[in-house]
Amino acid sequence: MKFAVLQFPGSNCDQDCVHVLRSVFGYPTRLLWHKEYSVGDADAVFIPGGFSYGDYLRTGSIARFSPVMGAVKEFADNGGLVLGICNGFQILCEAGLLPGALIRNRSLQFRCEHVYLQVASHNSPFTGQIPEGKNLRIPIAHGEGNYFCDDETLQSLEGNDQVLFRYVDAEGDLTDHANPNGSRANIAGICNEKRNVGGMMPHPERASEAVLGGDDGRLIFQSLITALENQPTLA
Amino acid sequence: MPSDPAITPELVAEHNLTPEEYEGILELLGREPNYTELGIFSVMWSEHCSYKNTRALLKGFPTQSPRVLVAAGEENAGILDIGDDLAISFKIESHNHPSAVEPFQGAATGVGGIIRDIFTMGARPVCAINSLRFGELGNADVRRLFRGVVSGIAHYGNCFGIPTVGGEVYFDKSYEGNPLVNAFALGVLRHDQIARGAAKGVGNPVFYVGPATGRDGLAGAAFASQDLTEESAEHQRGAVQVGDPFMEKLCMEACLELLATGAVAGIQDMGAAGLTCSTCETAARGGTGIEIDLAKVPQRSPDMTPYEILLSESQERMLIIVEQGREEEVKRIFDKWDLPWAEIGNVTGTGQMVVKNHGQMVVDLPASKLADDAPIYHREATEPKYLAAVRAFTLEGIDDLDDPTAALGKLLKWPTIASKNWVYRQYDHMVRANTMVNPGSDAAVIRIKADSIPGAGNRKDGNGDFPEKLLALAVDCNATHVYLDPFEGAKAAVAECARNLACSGATPIGSTDNLNFGNPHNPELFWQLKESVRGLAEGCAAFDAPVTGGNVSLYNQNPEGAIDPTPTMAMVGLIEDAAHVTTQWFKDEYDAIILLGEPLDAEDALHGLGGSAFLQVLHDQKTGKPSRCNLETERTLGTTLLGLIQSGLVKGAHDCAEGGLAVALAECCFSELEGRNTPRFIGAEIDLSKLESERLDALLFGETLGRIVITTSELDSVKAIERADLMGVSARRIGTVGKVKGAVLKIKSTTGEWSWEVARLHDLWWNSIDNAMA
Repeated sequence: MKFAVLQFPGSNCDQDCVHVLRSVFGYPTRLLWHKEYSVGDADAVFIPGGFSYGDYLRTGSIARFSPVMGAVKEFADNGGLVLGICNGFQILCEAGLLPGALIRNRSLQFRCEHVYLQVASHNSPFTGQIPEGKNLRIPIAHGEGNYFCDDETLQSLEGNDQVLFRYVDAEGDLTDHANPNGSRANIAGICNEKRNVGGMMPHPERASEAVLGGDDGRLIFQSLITALENQPTLA
Repeated sequence: MPSDPAITPELVAEHNLTPEEYEGILELLGREPNYTELGIFSVMWSEHCSYKNTRALLKGFPTQSPRVLVAAGEENAGILDIGDDLAISFKIESHNHPSAVEPFQGAATGVGGIIRDIFTMGARPVCAINSLRFGELGNADVRRLFRGVVSGIAHYGNCFGIPTVGGEVYFDKSYEGNPLVNAFALGVLRHDQIARGAAKGVGNPVFYVGPATGRDGLAGAAFASQDLTEESAEHQRGAVQVGDPFMEKLCMEACLELLATGAVAGIQDMGAAGLTCSTCETAARGGTGIEIDLAKVPQRSPDMTPYEILLSESQERMLIIVEQGREEEVKRIFDKWDLPWAEIGNVTGTGQMVVKNHGQMVVDLPASKLADDAPIYHREATEPKYLAAVRAFTLEGIDDLDDPTAALGKLLKWPTIASKNWVYRQYDHMVRANTMVNPGSDAAVIRIKADSIPGAGNRKDGNGDFPEKLLALAVDCNATHVYLDPFEGAKAAVAECARNLACSGATPIGSTDNLNFGNPHNPELFWQLKESVRGLAEGCAAFDAPVTGGNVSLYNQNPEGAIDPTPTMAMVGLIEDAAHVTTQWFKDEYDAIILLGEPLDAEDALHGLGGSAFLQVLHDQKTGKPSRCNLETERTLGTTLLGLIQSGLVKGAHDCAEGGLAVALAECCFSELEGRNTPRFIGAEIDLSKLESERLDALLFGETLGRIVITTSELDSVKAIERADLMGVSARRIGTVGKVKGAVLKIKSTTGEWSWEVARLHDLWWNSIDNAMA
């Protein structure tokens, strides 16, 4: 199994993703430069966090035009697994691979803190291995993580079981107080209708080793790895 | 193009040069400088670049240890060996004046500047911390500055991708209109990756990389070396640079990639005094000369004069001296990162800094004299008059407390003591996935892994295997104590850093200082500076933490007066094993609470209340001789605590600082944060009735130095106390964690017994700054 982590100018969680895939899980992983036109032999693609192109104009809005995103779109269209984290989620929304948009936090400030996530759907390659009933504790770090979509989109997301994660409090209750950025319906992560493209604002790569104060994020990587093992023809 | 103005005494004065300094320039050159050259002297001989008022004092700092690979003053930042062929480079630097005028950009570019200093050394920047000071939050303008500075730091650090893992924030009237922004960055590299800022190799080409030069930040170094006035704020807004963290991220990646090729003969960032400082300093360090043509320098506006191009402080620019014949590699890498570059000149053997514009000579100055021969002043120092009253202060007239219940709440709510979550939640403190102890404990702790080192990239073996390295970082300075006793206060700043490191399980290995003071021409202010430097020097020597570099910021005053003398100290320590990483909060119910160190200093007539937060908050008095700092005792305390931690006895450790023992205990009860809106509360039952104290306020809130609260399991408590005793450190059991039902802090003394609901104390502490900013 091989992984590719995209590297845009301004990506800054690229090395963190590579570290987890390569050193924590032990899989060959390479950085894929934004000027490349193919994802090569990767079995899954990660779009990491950061400030691609400085996030000038609008988060993720310039990255979507880069050559590598054309390749990612093709890869996804053929059923390849793609997970966008933080800025990666923003880019996937801008690229039209995921519905909705991520706008400014309602606090108007950047927020870096551990949040609690309810797994809204276990039926995805990103959540399949997370035990039923287990909430995840994973950090966020973003200024624009406020998930927004129109009512129709929200309905279809919920109707198609596309919501992967929702912000909850430590007790697991879905409250407005637990929502760190104002996201609609406390949405922290979603997938596309085909369920092979996922996006989430929290950073599982920062929560994959006990030494960093928690390893709930491993479950997300593990889900993806297991999904690939079970469907070797997927990519 | 208008012709250059003639050099008049007025023009010399406008350039902040004294008539004597101008005489010195005439003598040095044997001729009159032209306008551009005068501008160059004005920045190179400013305090910011030349340390002309402080150089003599700074000689007193300890700068050597077996770990020092690059010592203070040699390069842009010092470098320390951390074993196994690895090294760290770190430095703290101020951006006070720019932040006063334009807080967002001023603070942002402060972060940018210090990050550049670190990667210029060949190191990958892996974390940042900062020390901030503002006036009191009741003032709307203070809130504007505070909000702007914090968002500027967040903007730059978050976008660049450096975790801001810790820091300190103080609020005091003396900083009103004169905020302090001291930014620290640390980078990691292998020994063979150390880069030098020297123009080596006659004939080697000189490259300019990074964005085009504009008029922003014109002569910022000179601006930073004057008092701030209302007028200066208006007129000098143009002297504040504008930062682009995205550009700097690209610039860093490209520079590290280029350094790995071996094509670089020398590298220097363009910080203060931009192109001027970088060219003459690299030539001076290389013992060479340098010649550049300004026509080749990328420019943002078509009509810039040589004076403007040379003195611009446009950000994110680097000067790189390349090995002849390897120019193509520079072009390839900078093109890959879409960064502008230009070959602007070459290294010469003349010793001169020569600048041409379209082939026309505009500057011809001796590089090393310009860089190294700035005047050195031994300023007059007189003990300030206010100190007589400080020493005469007694506790007569300060009634002791009958009931400390309200006082503890007031102290926890005081913004200087209150939680700084409003600040650090805006900083990405986890990017790079190395942060082991987040903001909110005594010191930040990070790990070093393969991708912390330059050149790992796509290399198959990463950076190979090396043993895990853990670093702790702290930054401290109780400037009230320094104001009331500069020598003791400065020693105490160093001791507090060391104590914070020890509490996290680390041994200090080096330090960096940021001297923030008023106008050095005022003998009383200069005395504060002199005494503080003496204190820092003694402190750093005592903890074997040599000063590896630092920064001096003078003229921090406005018509209302000068700031409290603020010698900010940042210290880095090594932790041997992940099992030794210790945090401040209480861990488990029924753990034993032990106080290390003497509860009170018998020789201190004020019982630790001099200069205390308690006197300031409860009695509105900022006076009294602060607690003495006994470096020998502090050192033993630190090594004893480390010994206990390393033998696995200690579950938590927290030092007593502002607000004394009671505040420290309260913080142990509520400072663990499990997640958003999820603090963990745990109570404690404390019995101080066996401690001898004349006054309850001093016992609970006095700030006697050299005290640390630790917890151990009940089983280990006797062993821990015995071991401390053996080391000559007084240790006494003062209580038990969580014995009281529910989360309640209960304190008993000879005069009574009081209890506080931990949740309520936490609310005061956690939300204070948030409420003030709402």
